[in-house]
Amino acid sequence: MTEGPPVVVIGAGHNGLAAAAYLARAGRRVLVVEAQGHVGGAAVTREFAPRFRVSSVAHLTHLLDAEIVRELGLRRHGLEFARTRLRTVALAEQGEALVLDGNRIVAGAVPDADRAAYGPFIDRMRRFAAVLARQHHRVPPRLAWARWRDALPAAALGLDIRRLGRDDMREFLRVVTMAIYDVLEESFASPALKGALAVDAVLGTRLGSRSGNSVFSYLHRLGGGGPALPRGGVGSVCDALAAAARSAGAEIRLDSPVAAITVGGGGVAGVRLESGESIAAAAVVSSADPKTTLLRLLGARHLEAELAQRVHHLRSTGTAAKLHLALSGLPRFRGVAAGDAGERLVLAPSATYVDEAFNAAKYRRYSSQPIMEITVPTVHDGTLAPAGQHVLSAIVQFAPYDLAAGWDAARGRFQECVLELLERHAPGIRGQVLAAELLTPQDIERDFRISGGHWHHGELALDQALMLRPVPGAARYAMPVAGLYLCGAGCHPGGGVIGAAGRNAARVLLAGGSP
Amino acid sequence: MRPAREHYREVVQRTPFHSRTAAANALNLWHRWRDYTVADAYVDVGLEYVALRNACAVFDLSPMTKHRISGPDAAAFVDRLVTRDLTRLRPGRVGYCVWCDDRGQVIDDGTLFRFADDEFRLCSQERQLDWLLRSSLGFDVAIREETAEVAALALQGPTSCAVLAALGLEGVAGLAPFAMRSFPFAGAELLVSRTGFTGDLGYELWIAPAHAEALWDALFAAGAAYGLKPMGTHALEMSRIEAGFIQAGVDFLPADHAVRTDRTRSPFELDLGWLVDLSKPNFTGRRALLEESRIGPRYRLVRLDVEGNKPARDAYVYDDKRNVIGAVTSSMWSPMAKASIALASVRQPWGRPGDELWAEIYYQKELKWNRFNARCRVVEGAFYQPPRRRATPPPPW
Repeated sequence: MTEGPPVVVIGAGHNGLAAAAYLARAGRRVLVVEAQGHVGGAAVTREFAPRFRVSSVAHLTHLLDAEIVRELGLRRHGLEFARTRLRTVALAEQGEALVLDGNRIVAGAVPDADRAAYGPFIDRMRRFAAVLARQHHRVPPRLAWARWRDALPAAALGLDIRRLGRDDMREFLRVVTMAIYDVLEESFASPALKGALAVDAVLGTRLGSRSGNSVFSYLHRLGGGGPALPRGGVGSVCDALAAAARSAGAEIRLDSPVAAITVGGGGVAGVRLESGESIAAAAVVSSADPKTTLLRLLGARHLEAELAQRVHHLRSTGTAAKLHLALSGLPRFRGVAAGDAGERLVLAPSATYVDEAFNAAKYRRYSSQPIMEITVPTVHDGTLAPAGQHVLSAIVQFAPYDLAAGWDAARGRFQECVLELLERHAPGIRGQVLAAELLTPQDIERDFRISGGHWHHGELALDQALMLRPVPGAARYAMPVAGLYLCGAGCHPGGGVIGAAGRNAARVLLAGGSP
Repeated sequence: MRPAREHYREVVQRTPFHSRTAAANALNLWHRWRDYTVADAYVDVGLEYVALRNACAVFDLSPMTKHRISGPDAAAFVDRLVTRDLTRLRPGRVGYCVWCDDRGQVIDDGTLFRFADDEFRLCSQERQLDWLLRSSLGFDVAIREETAEVAALALQGPTSCAVLAALGLEGVAGLAPFAMRSFPFAGAELLVSRTGFTGDLGYELWIAPAHAEALWDALFAAGAAYGLKPMGTHALEMSRIEAGFIQAGVDFLPADHAVRTDRTRSPFELDLGWLVDLSKPNFTGRRALLEESRIGPRYRLVRLDVEGNKPARDAYVYDDKRNVIGAVTSSMWSPMAKASIALASVRQPWGRPGDELWAEIYYQKELKWNRFNARCRVVEGAFYQPPRRRATPPPPW
């Protein structure tokens, strides 16, 4: 263990903890400062009603980095999955629900042509997604190449695309900027199928199905091992990461919100806590979102003017709300086989429905007919609720952060609207509700200290991806202020409980990297 | 007075001195400077120049873009804005400064007046309100353009101090270069700064527009015995080239106007390295300039003493008559230096002081074009810099 001031990591979310664990393993003295009284950040399991616990923001892991799980020994540190590769069930008010399992349609009424096209479509999209997933461990290329060496990462990205082969490469380049609606329209006829796939393209984003580059967002989600439920909720990922970090020697201080990142001597000096305590740091690695880190904790005055503006204009207003229900029994969804209630339930009868739900968000209203991704984790995981009782967790879109009417006034009406919609699909569910928690993006901003309540810490779209994430000129984890690093979802490769941003940032710091 | 954002309603505006400058403009020669019409020359450019260099001349400076910067973070804001260390600029002083974009390329240069700890005026050739507002993110500062709210005259030349004394500005001779002071004038407040664009002894006078005409009249009444003449932009242009001062849009392309990234210049490339303080913890452009100080600038601004008497207008500059290494940006026959002089931008490593370069000069005689290659010597410092421009008090007249 080296002496001297520690590397201070801001935030004990999955990226902050991953960075801490890798830094500690490399022999650095590491101190993680976390605002909450527990680790987890937005990958956390909280009790929302007595004896009912739920994954408060992210409720599935699609993308968790297998390399990180292996390298940090997260299974040894307690990470277990209650279910992996959940099926997707497209809820329907009438008839049999559509069930998607990997690259197969296993139930539901769809035209034969759709059934035949589905497998090749998913396989191809997975090949495309793999190109993007291969970038997860790469530090994004520099845009201005001072040396030939700087051009290599960009060349590697180009080569990955080229390796798809001629036909796939052309198709990749054609669709990656497109709207998912148009791509689905080319391939399928079934509205239910298109609706279910469109949801994957817009979850957690401020995009509709007809928005440009929603295909990119779709490919991002597709790049992992499929939806999985960690036992004990998504928070158990962070519990395991925390255990890994601690066993490598990192110290984690809870209830220690940071008020400011302090500068001096030509770089970062340390952090000042809200308690007034100052902590000197050899470097500061922030898993807070870019706006919080650079504009609020550091301060725009310590950046150059154009960079500060770019951070200021980062698109980062959330549109996703979370609804948590404590239920007295297992809800029964129309058209869903009893055994499928614990799968990933998607409510979006068509791709047009998805886009119409989004229309409201454009004009700062909530969707009165929202889309939902619903899980009932208690089907697979008995640790979250008393025996025989259940927890329902739903991502509900669109519920824009900047609601014109204000969330205080609209919260009740929105929740009512969502419960009504659930009741239509699961008759009797309202009678089962013992307690409910609705988290709007404003609640997410407040509880998890994320500017705009955007769970990706910034819209994940091509203009804010790779070497443009979070903003051009600050996309390589090392910030322009010496000794300051970003390691959160606001960096490449973005949100979705991956952990790669934390791992990459640690690697850059250890290599003494510059922006 | 119209609010600033209404400026477009009047296509070309008149300065607060227009009634007087129009009456004096025997040539009826005008050009447009920003939104305003200003005199190019009044009677004869040569006479105005001679008055400026041997007596004194007054120039209507009102169209100069002026910005007011105030608030608790004003000092921190301007210090992050410009490349030089402003923490030593005391209230009552004026600083020449330059500001850059994140790439370390010059957006504009100008003078910064510090009225109080938290109150500044920034004067610049180009409009900067947008850049200033965009730069103000995270600073508790109020910024507005006050161009139309301040009438300004430049009174320049060896007798300028005597004229102001005759005007009754007591103690004006004690004003040091780059200092400023307010004087009571006809019931108004007249701000006098010892600044200018001519390289000679001179002052700039700042007053509320309502008192502009009274100031002009009083100045000419006081200046009659001291050879005071009104001077237009042509004579001013001659003097600023002699002084070796650069002008935005002429000697460099403002970074925010450039489409092509290699057309802009850093302060080092404009011979303004002395204005760059890399020991400041942060200012916009610092990282790029730090890198540039390590790898070296691409270009050099040079002052050329050109053989012969033909101005080297827009001339290509060659190393040994074969390779183009740059171009002339400003040129003239200098009556004071008795030489053809030029400012040019040349590629590194050419243009060290004392180097010999060549300018390809085209000139016309009775509609016939002639061309010749003129030998140029790179000189250090201004072509014209009389000691009185620095003396306090200035030598009596």
